[in-house]
Amino acid sequence: MESFLEIFDIYLLEAVINGILLGGVLALLALGLNLIFGVIDVTWICYAELIMIGMYAMYYLFAVYHVPYWLAAPICILVVAGLGALLHFLVIAPLLSAPPINQLLATGGVLFFLQSFATVAFGIDFRNIGIRLPVLSLGDMNFSYARLLAFIAAAIGMAVVYVFMRKTYVGTAIRAIAQDRQIMVLMGVDTRRIYLITSAIGGALAGLAACLLVLMYDVHPFIGLSIGPITFLICVLGGLGNFVGGFVAAFVFAEIISMGGMFSDLEWGYVLAFAFFIIMMFIRPGGLLARRA
Amino acid sequence: MKLANTYSAWVVAAVALAAVPFVHSDPYHLHILILILIWSFAYTSWSMMGRFGLTSLGHGGFMGIGAYVTALLWNHLGVSPWLGIPIALACAGALALVVGYPCFRFRITGHYFALVTLALSGIVLQIVTATRDYTGGSLGYTPEVTKGSKLVAMQSSDKIVWYLAALVIWALGLAIWTWVDRSMMRSAMEAISEDEDAAAAAGVNVTAEKLKITVLSALMTALAGALYCQYQMFISPDTVSGIAVSLQMVFAAVVGGLYVALGPTVGAIITILMAEILRISFGTKAVGWDNLIYGVLLVLFIIFLPKGILGSILARLRVGR
Repeated sequence: MESFLEIFDIYLLEAVINGILLGGVLALLALGLNLIFGVIDVTWICYAELIMIGMYAMYYLFAVYHVPYWLAAPICILVVAGLGALLHFLVIAPLLSAPPINQLLATGGVLFFLQSFATVAFGIDFRNIGIRLPVLSLGDMNFSYARLLAFIAAAIGMAVVYVFMRKTYVGTAIRAIAQDRQIMVLMGVDTRRIYLITSAIGGALAGLAACLLVLMYDVHPFIGLSIGPITFLICVLGGLGNFVGGFVAAFVFAEIISMGGMFSDLEWGYVLAFAFFIIMMFIRPGGLLARRA
Repeated sequence: MKLANTYSAWVVAAVALAAVPFVHSDPYHLHILILILIWSFAYTSWSMMGRFGLTSLGHGGFMGIGAYVTALLWNHLGVSPWLGIPIALACAGALALVVGYPCFRFRITGHYFALVTLALSGIVLQIVTATRDYTGGSLGYTPEVTKGSKLVAMQSSDKIVWYLAALVIWALGLAIWTWVDRSMMRSAMEAISEDEDAAAAAGVNVTAEKLKITVLSALMTALAGALYCQYQMFISPDTVSGIAVSLQMVFAAVVGGLYVALGPTVGAIITILMAEILRISFGTKAVGWDNLIYGVLLVLFIIFLPKGILGSILARLRVGR
C-alpha cells in the first residue's frame, strides 16, 4: 500500500478522489434538470436559482429559527418541490405550445426574478449556515467531510429516483411520456398531472442539492450564476434528457475541474472544463453517449 | 412622392436627434441618452440573430471581448483604440467563427445552441476572472487616462462628443439591420428558421448563411462593448460579460420587439429608464427591484406579447389600415 501511494503522486490521487466526490453533487444537479428536459422538453434556465432559494430556506430554518438539520432538510426539499410545481403551473404550462426557445427565455425571466427577489428579501450578504464539518485525513490526503456526506446523500437521492421511475405507476408514465409525448394522451394518461409531478420531483432534487450545497458554500443571491452554467454544460455534454449520459458527464467534468484546480487556480479548472465542453460539442454534438449518426 | 416623403422624414429625424445636445445639454440626461444609444446598438446586434431563431446567450462574451481586448491593448501595449477596436472585433469575429461553424455544421439548434453559447459567455467570464493579474478580475478594469492626445486615445470628457458618436454608431446598427432586412440573407434565414432541410433542399447554404449573420452580429456586439468601455472608462465582468448581460440583451430585445428595426431601441429605452427612475425614486433601497420587475415583465411578455411592445403596436396599426 505504501509503495502504491509512492508511485502515484499523492496530490494527484487526492485530486482524483475530490473530483469523484464533487461529481456526485454535480450528477445530482444534472439529474433534476435532465428529468425536466426529458419529460417536458423544457430547459429551466433558472434551475440554479431554485437551489439558491432552497439554500436560503435552509439558512433561515437552521441558523435563524434553530430547526434541527434533519427536520429542516425535508422542509426545504418540500418547499423547493412546491416552487418547481408552481414554476410549471405559472410559466411553463401557458407556453407549452409556443416555440421551445420561448419557454427557455421565460425561465430566464424567472431567473432575474428569483435573483432580485433574494437580493430584496435577504440582502446581498454572504450567509453561512454555521455548520463546520471536520476535514477527513487519510494518509497525507485531506478530504472535506461535507463533500463525502453530499456524495452519499446524492447517491441515495439518485437511487430513490431510479426506484421510483422503475417501480411505480407514475414513474412508468413519466418514462413513457419521455419516449413519446403524443401517444400517451391517447393511452389515457393525464399529461398535465404528470408534468406537474415531474416538475415537483425536479424541484425536490434541487431542494436536496440545496441542503447539501449549503454545507459547503455560503449562500448569496448570485450563487446561481456560479452553479447554473456548469449544470447546463453537464446536461448538454451528457445529451439533454439522457440520464446516464448526464451522470457520466458530471464525473468527467468534476475530474477536469479538480485536476485543473490542482495545477493552477480553480477558475482555470473551470476554463478547462468549458473548453473541453466546446470541443466535445464538435466531436459528439448529441452528447457523450450518443450514437454517431 | 411617397418615397421622397419618407426620405425627408428620415432627414428631419436625424437632424432633430443630432441637435438634441445643443438644445438641451444637461449632463445627466445626456449620459442616459448615450447609455440608451450604446445599449440599443448592442440589443440591435443581438436581435440580428435572435429574429431568425438563433437565440444566442453568448453575446455577453462577445461584448466582453470587445471591451477587454481594447482596454488591455491600450493599457499594456499602448495600442490606440483606433487600432485596438478593429483587433478586438477581429477576435470576436474569429471566436464567432470557431464556435459557430461546428454548431451550424452539426445542426446544433434551439436549446442546444442557446446552451452552447451560454458556455461561451461563461468561458469569457471565467477567463477574465482567472487572469485577474491583468484584467483586474471581478473588481473591474479601467483604461488608463491618456497623457497625450485624447483623439488618439479615443477618450473624451465631453458628453456631446460621445452623444454624437453613439448616435452615429446606433444609426449604423439600424442601417445594417435594414440592409439585412432587404437582402437575400433575410429570405434565406427565414427559410432556415422555418425548416432547415427544406431550405437546404431549395439551395440555401444553411451553414454559410447562419455563419454570416452570426459573425456580423458578433462584430457589432463587440463594437458596442468597446464603445461602452471607452465611454464609461470602467468595465467589469458583471457589466460587459457573462450570462446576466446576455439575458439582459434578450430581455430588452423581446420587450421592445424582436422583429422590427426599432424594437431593441424601444426595449433599451424602457429598461434603462425604468432602472434609472427606480434608482432615483428609491435610492439604494431600489437595489434588486429593477431586475425583479424585469423578470416578471419578461415572463409576461413572452406569454402574452411575444412580438414585443413596438412589434405589437405596429402589427395593430397595419391591421387597422
